[in-house]
Amino acid sequence: MALDINKKLDLNELLNDLENYEPRRRGWHWREGRNEKRVIGDFEYHETSEALKSYIPLPGSRGMGYIDPQPDCVITTEIASGRFEDDIRRMRMAAWHGADHIMVIRTAGQSHIDSLLEGTTQGIGGIAVTRKQVRASRKALDMIEDEVGRPINFHSYISGVAGPDIAVMFAEEGINGAHQDPQYNVLYRNINMVRSFADACEAKKIMAWAEMLQIDGAHNANATAMKAWKVRPELMVQHAINCMFSKKVGIKPENIALSTVPPTAPPAPCMRLDLPYAVALRDFFSEYKMRAQQNTKYMESDMREATVSHTLNLMISRLTSADIQSTITPDEGRNVPWHYNNIAAISTAKQALDGMDGLREMVKIDLDGPLGKDARELKERAVLFMEEMLETGGYFNAVQDGFFIDSGYYPERNGDGIPRQIEGGIGYGWVFERAPEYFAPVSVHYGYNNVPKEFAKASDAIGGDTFEDRSKIQYIDELDETDNVNTRLKDVEKYSDSKLLKPEVEWKADGVVCTTIFLPCDERTAEFAAIKCGEKMGLEDVTVVHKQCLHPSEGTVVEIKGKVKFDINIDELVIPEKISVLSDEEIREAINEKPMFVVAATVGQDEHSVGLKETLDIKHGGIERYGIKYLYLGTSCPIEKLVDAAIETNADAILASTIITHDDVHIKNMKKLNELCIEKGIRDRIILCCGGTQVTNEIAVEAGMDAGFGRGSHGNDAASFLVKRRKELMDAH
Amino acid sequence: MKRADDFETRRQHLANLTDEQLKERFWQLAEKIVDPLLELGYKNTTPAIERSVLLRMGFSSLEVKPIVEGVINKGLMKYGAGNVVWRLSKKLNVSIREAGMALAEGKHWDEVSQLF
Repeated sequence: MALDINKKLDLNELLNDLENYEPRRRGWHWREGRNEKRVIGDFEYHETSEALKSYIPLPGSRGMGYIDPQPDCVITTEIASGRFEDDIRRMRMAAWHGADHIMVIRTAGQSHIDSLLEGTTQGIGGIAVTRKQVRASRKALDMIEDEVGRPINFHSYISGVAGPDIAVMFAEEGINGAHQDPQYNVLYRNINMVRSFADACEAKKIMAWAEMLQIDGAHNANATAMKAWKVRPELMVQHAINCMFSKKVGIKPENIALSTVPPTAPPAPCMRLDLPYAVALRDFFSEYKMRAQQNTKYMESDMREATVSHTLNLMISRLTSADIQSTITPDEGRNVPWHYNNIAAISTAKQALDGMDGLREMVKIDLDGPLGKDARELKERAVLFMEEMLETGGYFNAVQDGFFIDSGYYPERNGDGIPRQIEGGIGYGWVFERAPEYFAPVSVHYGYNNVPKEFAKASDAIGGDTFEDRSKIQYIDELDETDNVNTRLKDVEKYSDSKLLKPEVEWKADGVVCTTIFLPCDERTAEFAAIKCGEKMGLEDVTVVHKQCLHPSEGTVVEIKGKVKFDINIDELVIPEKISVLSDEEIREAINEKPMFVVAATVGQDEHSVGLKETLDIKHGGIERYGIKYLYLGTSCPIEKLVDAAIETNADAILASTIITHDDVHIKNMKKLNELCIEKGIRDRIILCCGGTQVTNEIAVEAGMDAGFGRGSHGNDAASFLVKRRKELMDAH
Repeated sequence: MKRADDFETRRQHLANLTDEQLKERFWQLAEKIVDPLLELGYKNTTPAIERSVLLRMGFSSLEVKPIVEGVINKGLMKYGAGNVVWRLSKKLNVSIREAGMALAEGKHWDEVSQLF
């Protein structure tokens, strides 16, 4: 099943024959063509990878030939709205914007579920992560990676009291990466520590076989700690325990990644705290990979603030290193991430990484100054932490004594760590010592295994296991009669025929919209007034998702969300017909037969020039490439000067650009241009065109222009119109 | 435990180590910490490990749960749940899948204790 760019991903087709779908590969994929210089558009890049086949570039690329340089590191986005069938659509959008590591989060509380879940139940802020969901998502990603032209890594979590079970299912279903860290279970899920480490041995051994990339769980210490910057020595210890443990189980170091977060954020002087930490970490852990996560600890509901913090995090990635750049959606402080905020987060990463391409060649980490001193101190504190752990009797005793997540900057201790009992927690007592006769007849297994002498390898006893013979995998379809993908798709069936549209942020036709409202009053009043505004606008379930005081009495900005009650029928929309454009040959031929000359300028008090230059210049596919000659009068050009130049040069047309829209100045300029041409007696023989980001053909024509060119217009659109309009004028005379 | 930051006195034995020596020490300590944890994994098994073995022997998650529970109830976890199914299949001269399904359905549990 191949995807058609012009068609939505067909979920029914995706689910069809799912029981027989086989993942096409195992293992992690790094981007191709790293560590090579490459020229993209007008620029040379030093930290990029191979280009995508299908992509959506950053908006600013418009003036640069719509290039979309792909940074060298893998870019992660987490997508798990609760319904995998909706997440799949978001994954496709994310891939087009440059994500090649899609992470699904397990639904809250699943860490305590004994054994695998089956079916496709709906989750809340996470999906259940069942075999069917994983298989359908992997199948969709296989199609999506063909569409964008780059392999996509699919990732989830191996935690809780069913770690080895989940690891087996992930290995069978082509999951490429997973979080696995027994310390996470112990500290945050209160799973018995003996059980957690025993399970982890088997889970990691399976991950090693499947060549999954493993990410640890140390970032959670950062999020949980009262003062995140104080746990930096401990974070290094947690990373070390999982790295060494995993390596000794058999995972290759290149498949072991640290989940590292710059611990703090502004208004703290975060660079001075986070950069020495990042440097220390990359020194101690040079053998392993860095998965740079973004800070969530200090995220509030302000998406602008989150984006700035994340950009600072990205600067640390570029100043030090990152093999995987993870992203956090800017709305995570408000709600379960929305479609477009995943894209916002990916774009923030891509934009910042592209922008800081090659920064390390110009700016060097100065280890002789305070940075080197601080990095050394952090490393020593981490060493001291481990020395004391061993003096206490090892890992278990240290956890029991509350060594971890203490708010003191080690060796300082505040006695507020998270202590767990060796003889306690979930799963306590469910650990059994293997007898000399113990036997596990499988091809991948950790620890003691008494394989009977008649078999060359353990799984020969059963004629091969599922890792050797996929046909032995038992696939379970839906178990729940009401909560399953088919019933959910049926509920929104009327929106699947493409005639009806409804806004959405997470799930098909969820109806949610978000509105920004400024109210000239105090915060408390504004909050309730904004809800009333939403209700009067016809929204249901109105809630405030963000508010920011601008002054205690002068004003507050509030963002509300609510649900719309209506559908939009596409058939009832009045959409002006898209103007047909002449082919390049037709335009060239017309200009060859009869040359054309135009004058052009950005009018009014307006210094924007990119759009117009692009419309004119041969380099950007402007009208010059068809042989049209022009006189460019620059920016902030008075209308009078432009019209006089047109008269003087006997121009066929005037191309005016107007970007600024304050007080409708763009419309006023267009009207003035038309009136002046009438006054000077040239209007009936000259073509007037206006362009700008806020200009549409309708607005321009209403203001007296012959045509308007807005966002997405190119030189060929303008040239085509000029040729057609000149013919009309000639025919009329 | 509460303790003031005594880093300056505590670090004396590290002060003269080179960065390379400090790094070496860090990883030696890490290894010392994890070695007993690995030993524990080597010697023991758990319900989750045994379920994962049965999954790979060709059973679904719904089937592996009652098998492992039965194995625990019979006190046979030390032999491995996969081992129990394998030995039963040999004894009954049926396929692995048939033996396991029978156990999942509550059959043959009286016989399994005699397999060891």
